[in-house]
Amino acid sequence: MIRDITIGQYYRADSCIHKLDPRTKLIATMVYVVVLFIINDIYTYAFSIAVLAAAIILSKVPLKFIMRGIKSILFIIILTGILNLFTTRGTHILWQFGILKMTLEGAVMAAKMVVRLIILIICSSLLTLTTTPIELTDGIEYLLKPFRRFGVPAGEIAMMMSIALRFIPTLLDETDKIIKAQQARCADFDTGGLKEKAKSLIPVLVPLFISAFRRADELATAMEARCYRGGDGRTRMKNMEFGKNDYRCMIVLVLFVAITIIMMLVL
Amino acid sequence: MPIKVDHLTHEYNPGTSMAQKAVNDVSFEIQDGEFIGLIGHTGSGKSTLIQHFNALIKPTSGKIYLDGEDINADKSKLKSVRRRVGLVFQYPEYQLFEMTVLKDVCYGPTNLGLSEGEINKAAKEALTLVGIDESYYEKSPFELSGGEKRRVAIAGILAMKPKILVLDEPAAGVDPRGRNEILEAIKKMHDETGITVIMVSHSMEDVAKYANRILVMDKGKLAMEGTPKEIFSKVDELEKIGLAAPEVSYIMRGISKKFDVPSDIFTVEEAVDAIYKMLKGDSR
Repeated sequence: MIRDITIGQYYRADSCIHKLDPRTKLIATMVYVVVLFIINDIYTYAFSIAVLAAAIILSKVPLKFIMRGIKSILFIIILTGILNLFTTRGTHILWQFGILKMTLEGAVMAAKMVVRLIILIICSSLLTLTTTPIELTDGIEYLLKPFRRFGVPAGEIAMMMSIALRFIPTLLDETDKIIKAQQARCADFDTGGLKEKAKSLIPVLVPLFISAFRRADELATAMEARCYRGGDGRTRMKNMEFGKNDYRCMIVLVLFVAITIIMMLVL
Repeated sequence: MPIKVDHLTHEYNPGTSMAQKAVNDVSFEIQDGEFIGLIGHTGSGKSTLIQHFNALIKPTSGKIYLDGEDINADKSKLKSVRRRVGLVFQYPEYQLFEMTVLKDVCYGPTNLGLSEGEINKAAKEALTLVGIDESYYEKSPFELSGGEKRRVAIAGILAMKPKILVLDEPAAGVDPRGRNEILEAIKKMHDETGITVIMVSHSMEDVAKYANRILVMDKGKLAMEGTPKEIFSKVDELEKIGLAAPEVSYIMRGISKKFDVPSDIFTVEEAVDAIYKMLKGDSR
């Protein structure tokens, strides 16, 4: 049923990765992704993968959950692989059929791109698996702060994100209820052509929108009643603080970047 | 059209760490024309249970028989089951969506594939039953008062002419007058048409006043079953599972300690009668 859908994919566990400050995790992820797209040779790749594997082990998230992220974009990964395989020009032709040409260079390129994509997904999954959506928005808000000077409303963006996240399960629940209520009136959502099916959704969408507007209205009143006046000057209940582990993580990150640079220069 | 629930179990999220038996091995029967009150603490599985009656959710194990037929056996009969068992959800006014009251009530019968004449007739009859008169037919359902909206939504189910009407807290969140209107409309319908009513309620007063049999749910199990008198005389058991007897019964028990009135009285009307009788007896 519809309520089985989970939003965000936070995996609850007691690990040092979970306890890291969301800002640390965001920065580490960003740095890692940038490094990933700069490095080029197999040894550096192996090194990066080893570092990521260590992080996964530390996070105590079962591999099954991490692999789930890959499943959902398997198609894109395969497509990228195939495109790279056949469009890269090279001299060592492995196989040819009409205009389709498979070269050694293409195969290497395809392998690299696929590995890159997979690591990218695993790395970002690790971030969302170990960080609650609320922590994430807090982290993003903080990291966006310097851009306020250029007119980026960091507080408002973060507030919008948290409200949206907070209401997703509520609205899913509501949708489930409305669907059932209309089914109790013998609504049929499964049969008929595209037009009938679209039409059959009206009795669900109208009440859903009305309820969403009602909730928005109520929430706005409740926020105003508690003196919300935009993000400026708001203090927070939970202050984000860098702990020992965050400094350790930053040191590891700097070492990681340094080692990859050295490896690239040497090799 | 008797309804029989046979060892019904419903488990949410089976096979995961969040698995939870909302309904656990529940069996009972409901005969034609009964007015059943279904009570239980929040989270006791009442709402999950009643959604099985018209096959909106399927049991994890166990069966529900309507007129001797297993309702989940044949998927093609789903519409016929939902027509015979009308289910009014909590806050049913949130399911209203049409431009006018009449059109909204017509939605159910239209889905049944009736002719236009029949649809209109059924809708108007249902609206009359809940006390909504002709002047409302062309109004938008969204400009009505809370109690009126609720009654229109109930009419939306009644228009399908169910033999069994299941209501999940039909009077929750409505002002006292609206509450009375809704409950009296249900009572009147039950008495006049002989429809079977199953009413979920948190109000012991309402259940004591209207139901002729009460089912008590606790933690997914059927904890008690009996007439209001039987159920409400076991106050200690009720209180143990987070329920209570109607307020007036506590007062009557207190009075009965000093005065000559029966202690097993559960509705205000009965209490008034008993006290009146007692006073008249005294003055004589």
